[in-house]
Amino acid sequence: MIDEDVHGDVTVDALELAEELTGSAGADADTEVAAYALRLGDDSLILSQQLGEWIAHAPELEEDVALGNIALDLLGHARSLLHYAGSADGRSEDDLAYWRDEPEFRCAWLFEQPNGDFAHTIARQLVASVYLYELYDRLQASADPTLAAIAAKSVKEVEYHRDHAVQWTLRLAGGTDESRRRMMRAVTDTWPYVDELFRDDELTMSLSARGAAVSPSTLRAPFDAVIAAVFAQSGFEVPGGQPSSAGGRQGKHTARLGFILAEMQVLVRQHPGAVW
Amino acid sequence: MSAVTAFRERAWEIAAAVPDPEVPVLTIEDLGVLRSVRVLDGRTEVVITPTYSGCPAMDTIRDDLVLALTAAGFDDVEVSITLSPAWTTDWMTDDGKRKLQEYGIAPPVRRAAGAGPIPVQLGVKCPRCGSLHTREVAHFGSTSCKALYECLSCLEPFDHFKAH
Repeated sequence: MIDEDVHGDVTVDALELAEELTGSAGADADTEVAAYALRLGDDSLILSQQLGEWIAHAPELEEDVALGNIALDLLGHARSLLHYAGSADGRSEDDLAYWRDEPEFRCAWLFEQPNGDFAHTIARQLVASVYLYELYDRLQASADPTLAAIAAKSVKEVEYHRDHAVQWTLRLAGGTDESRRRMMRAVTDTWPYVDELFRDDELTMSLSARGAAVSPSTLRAPFDAVIAAVFAQSGFEVPGGQPSSAGGRQGKHTARLGFILAEMQVLVRQHPGAVW
Repeated sequence: MSAVTAFRERAWEIAAAVPDPEVPVLTIEDLGVLRSVRVLDGRTEVVITPTYSGCPAMDTIRDDLVLALTAAGFDDVEVSITLSPAWTTDWMTDDGKRKLQEYGIAPPVRRAAGAGPIPVQLGVKCPRCGSLHTREVAHFGSTSCKALYECLSCLEPFDHFKAH
C-alpha cells in the first residue's frame, strides 16, 4: 500500500504555503525551453479565455457545458506550461497571465480569432484540437521530462476535444442548407491562420535538434491527413488562398488580443495582490 | 515496524480518508488521486495527481489534506501535484468503482482496443436498473470527468465517469 516514492519526479506545482518551493519543486526550465513553453501556454490560455465566453450563450445547454469543460482543460494545460515557463526567471503563472501586455504574448493568431458564430468557433476548435493532438502526441517523447509529462497528460484531453470538434463539423456540414453554408464560410475564414502553426523558426529548430521540442513543420502532414478525412466526409474542400502574415510567435498580434487581455486582466490589475 | 514506518502509515491512512469534493462518496485513495505520503524529519509530504488538468477540485483537496493532517498532529504539511505518470481511470480502485455505481454514477468502462480517431466505447450500464440499453446525451457533464447519459429502459438520466 505504501511506497516510498511511487510518483514520478516531475512536479509542476507547489503548495502556496511553501512559496520558497515555487520554481524549485520541479526542474527549472532553461531559457529556450521556457520560451517554447510560453508559446504553447499562451495558445491554450487565450483559447480557453475565448471559449469561456460561450458559457450561457451556446446553441444548447449541453454546449455551454461542453465548451466550458474544454476551456477548463485548456486552462489546466496553460497553467502547467506557464508555471514551467516562469520557472526560468522566477515568475509565477499568474505573473505571466495577468501582468504581460500584447507584445509579450506568444500565441498564434488562430487562437485570438474571434468566436464568431458557433460554426466559426467549431472551425477554430477543429484546427486547434487536431493540431494540439498531433503536437502533444509527439511531445510525450520530449527529452525535457516536464514538457513530456505535460504533453502526456494533455494529449488524452485534447483527443476528446478533437472528437467534439469533428462531430460538430460533420453535423453542421450535413445539417441544413444554412448550417452547411455557415460551416463552409467558417472554414474559409479560419484557414489563413492554419499555416502559422507549422512554421519552424530558430527556437523550434534549436530545441528540436536536442529533442526537447517537436518541429512544427513535421506536424503538417499528419494534420492534413486528419483534416482530409473529416472534409471528405463533410464534402468540403480544403480552402486555398494566401496564409495570413501572422507573427504571433514574435509578439505581433491582431487588435482582438487587446480586448481579450483587457477582460482577462482587468480585475487583477485593479486590485493588485488580491486573492480569492 | 519502525517508528518512521508507523508514522507514515498513519499519515497515509489520514490522507487516504480525505473525500473527493465533487464525488464525496469516494476518497482520494479510491479515485487514485493520492500518489504518495512521506514523513521526513518532522515534515509531511503528500503528492497528489489531477484526474483532469484543469480540475478545480485539486485546490480543495490540497486544503483538506493540510487540515486533516495538521489536525492529526502532523506538522509542516506540504502537498505537491505531479502530472507524471498521468492519471487514468485504471488508477481508480475496484472498491471506488463499486461505490461510484452505488452512488448512481456509472463507473468508467474500458475503451475498445484499436479505436480510431473517433473513440468507440463499450456499452455503459445504467447504475439504477443495470440495463445496457443506454445512450449518451452529452459528451461532457457536470464536471470534467463525467459525461451525461440516459437509460432507455428505466428512462433515468445518469452521470457516467468517462474512461480516460
